[in-house]
Amino acid sequence: MSPTANLQLESAAHPEGLTRTVIEPITRVEGHGKVTLLMDDQDRVQQARLHIVEFRGFEKFIQGRPYWEAPVMVQRLCGICPVSHHLAAAKAIDMFVGARQLTPTAEKLRRLMHYGQTLQSHALHFFHLASPDLLFGFGADVATRNIIGVIQAHPAIALQGVKLRKYGQEVIRVLSGKRVHGVFAIPGGVNKALSVQDRDYLRKDIDQIVAWSREAVAIARRVYLDNLEEHQAFGSFRSNFLSLTTPGGDFELYDGGLRARDDKGQDIFDHVDCAHYLRYLHEEVKSWSYMKFPFIVSLGNDEGWYRVGPLARVNNARAMGMPMAEEARRDFMSMGKGEPVHATLAYHWARMIELLYSAEAIQALLGDPDLLGTDLLTRGERATEGVGVIEAPRGTLIHHYKIDDQDTIVKANLIVSTTHNNTAMNSAVRQVAARYLDGKKLTEGLLNHIEVAIRAYDPCLSCATHALGRMPLQVELLDAEGQLVDRLVKHADGSLACGAL
Amino acid sequence: MNGIAPGPVLFGYGNPSRGDDALGPLLLDRAEIWAKAHPGADLGLVADFQLQIEHAVDLHGRGVALFLDADASCPPPFRFRRIAPARDESYTTHELSPESVLHVFSTISGQAPPPAFVLSVRGECFELGAPLSPEAEVHAEAAWGLLQELMADPRPESWAGRVT
Repeated sequence: MSPTANLQLESAAHPEGLTRTVIEPITRVEGHGKVTLLMDDQDRVQQARLHIVEFRGFEKFIQGRPYWEAPVMVQRLCGICPVSHHLAAAKAIDMFVGARQLTPTAEKLRRLMHYGQTLQSHALHFFHLASPDLLFGFGADVATRNIIGVIQAHPAIALQGVKLRKYGQEVIRVLSGKRVHGVFAIPGGVNKALSVQDRDYLRKDIDQIVAWSREAVAIARRVYLDNLEEHQAFGSFRSNFLSLTTPGGDFELYDGGLRARDDKGQDIFDHVDCAHYLRYLHEEVKSWSYMKFPFIVSLGNDEGWYRVGPLARVNNARAMGMPMAEEARRDFMSMGKGEPVHATLAYHWARMIELLYSAEAIQALLGDPDLLGTDLLTRGERATEGVGVIEAPRGTLIHHYKIDDQDTIVKANLIVSTTHNNTAMNSAVRQVAARYLDGKKLTEGLLNHIEVAIRAYDPCLSCATHALGRMPLQVELLDAEGQLVDRLVKHADGSLACGAL
Repeated sequence: MNGIAPGPVLFGYGNPSRGDDALGPLLLDRAEIWAKAHPGADLGLVADFQLQIEHAVDLHGRGVALFLDADASCPPPFRFRRIAPARDESYTTHELSPESVLHVFSTISGQAPPPAFVLSVRGECFELGAPLSPEAEVHAEAAWGLLQELMADPRPESWAGRVT
């Protein structure tokens, strides 16, 4: 199947007279969105779309502020990945002070923070947001398909998830002084050296963290392979992939050049300087969603969409750079038989390989004498434009700023990970809707199949839509004339109300 | 203060850059200043955007827990209530309820959590980049009055007598 093969369900040829079902919002996803399904009289899906229903420009939140405030302010855009925004903004404003190469200590301390963020984010997603689906099945009873069900059925796994998450948060807290809202990265470096005491505090638990991370890879692998046929088919489609890689083409989370590969694994572009991202990536606006649709310029908006995040990064890497993660990557890539792995649910397995990579990278850094250095800042020739690109847990995150002579930010452009995956998530929804809902009456379990496909991308809709809010889950059924005939509402506290109007 | 019983842990959560959502973190900041002036109080202070599973670990070894949050629906200026572990559907989101955090603690530790209370302060505006609303400033002052009393006398039975 080509990357555009299931786009026929993006827009129905004759939407009038179709039954419309709305799922709002997607639970276990930050922020809110809704899915609309237009069904005909035979309950066949004629149109499927993931909508983003709210927009607030957070570029405006940044414009007009002194550039050195940006790394602190952007942490408040999103409660899920504040550290990623902090570091991406810091990388961009490094350019304003001419800091194109940080001191070894500063770069390694930033990397340590970034790996801590990736570890805690991936642990939360796999063990507590996705594992209920994976361990109990997508159509399991809703009462068990949540984290309490996981804790009760698999207490050891759930506890490991809590402790992995907690460790990642501790890495962040030790470096920034707080788990959130801390100040650490500043223009040209970092503002605090790591003490021996703090290094040793983190080092005492890291071997256990690596061991648990390795077990997590084994769990994700087993879950995938135990139900191989369904996992390979569920929400699966071919696509291009985008990520950062090292100059040698290896896996990279903090820095590097942009690499895009096609669905067969051939380079579309490679080693692209992130400062030139606008030459390679554009965004399309569609009238039915507030979230934009990025695409690779050379391929156009129909063929040029791509996926980012764990699956893209592992697929695009020549090697992982950490021994246990590399062993896991080789095992994972054997699934693709020489081509990239395309299954949507393979994101979970790839995410755990990255969890292991992050744990190993933290372990390596904690043994590196550079980490305790005190040369924290560097400076160079001033610039008025800066681009910072980082691989956030959910995928490539781009911060782009321009400043005036007063050092005030006059332009800001942010492309967040979830936006890169917009077309991919829509494709997953369409594929799942066509396969699992076509010709059937809707049930909560069936609708959860769609949410499972979206959750695999771990989207942060709050980030992508610049909004943070609670909305009730609302399922509406409209008849062929567009009249509302039934409604199911899931309130913010989880209570359900149903019945015809 | 009896000097033996473990001290309370305070969770102040919300986004400081979203208007009145800052109420929880702001009250926690004031509690931190208060704690420096009262070093024997043995306060645990936890600030975050939202509650998540790892906050269950912060309950360990504490005599009582207090969750400080903005609330768009409670009666002004605040509501102070006792809570119990509950298995609610907030587990399916990136944000847990205080009751869910207690439930996670019970489940992973096999023990009852410490007595826990929520101080909900009425907020009016939650827009990105907005300052604290004038109404919320008034509500915060009222809540701060109660919070000082709670910190000065952290016995759970004393807190229970103050619920609204």
